[in-house]
Amino acid sequence: MSEPAPLSAAEIEALIEAAVEKRVGSAVAEIEKTLADVKASVAQVREACPEDRTTIVAFSGDMDRLFAALTIASGSVAMGMEASMFFTFWGLAALKVKTSYSGKSFGQKLAALMLPGGPDRVPTSRMNMAGGGPIFFKMLMKQKKVQSVPEMLDMVQELGVRLVACEMSMGVMGISRDELLPGIDYGGVATYLGDAARSKVTLFI
Amino acid sequence: MANVDLDCGGLSCPVPIVRISRAMKELTSGDTLTVTASDPSFQADVEAWVRKMGHHLDSFTESDGSQTAVLRHA
Repeated sequence: MSEPAPLSAAEIEALIEAAVEKRVGSAVAEIEKTLADVKASVAQVREACPEDRTTIVAFSGDMDRLFAALTIASGSVAMGMEASMFFTFWGLAALKVKTSYSGKSFGQKLAALMLPGGPDRVPTSRMNMAGGGPIFFKMLMKQKKVQSVPEMLDMVQELGVRLVACEMSMGVMGISRDELLPGIDYGGVATYLGDAARSKVTLFI
Repeated sequence: MANVDLDCGGLSCPVPIVRISRAMKELTSGDTLTVTASDPSFQADVEAWVRKMGHHLDSFTESDGSQTAVLRHA
């Protein structure tokens, strides 16, 4: 009986590989599956986790309240956070750049007439005194070198705060997109909730 | 290790921290930012800002209503 021919290096390698594959192949597949599951879970958790974001509903069209909302939004960006502002109902006045009457119903024309024409013409929530209050407060703010609402709006845009106009209240009041600041976003309650659900700070002002 | 001076005198909340945040973006690790300000909430705000952003407040001094904070980039 002759000895079997010795195996070549390549043959030995193939045999080892086959043995290793047999032993660990299923284990590796198991690990890979677990890893994919873990990755999917992490992605889910990330999605559910609050981002470093502030989301503010600017409901009020009062100068003092808008001022507070804009201060918090700009402060958030300065603190390394993202910020979103949703302007709805009276708050839309802050985004207005002009007022148009054509193509509007009687009621909408009336609303256009009654609403402040823009952020420089918003009333104060208290001590408005038929328009005297805002003049008085603007003077005080200037003396104290506090920025005005239009200046704050410029600043938040420059800082990259996401400004969203509520289409539902635009529809009610008959405000068209060409009456509002260019470059802003438009949305509804889901747009707000999408940002708010992932925010650490949410405010209604 | 550079130092940059930033004058926020006469400016009120939130402008000083907005300016600090902008200025700090231009700096790199170890650089310092020397900020002077008169805003009454400046100390509390700058302390909260460095805590949130992970930078350091090397010193804070106050004399005659003028406040000086030395911030160091982490």
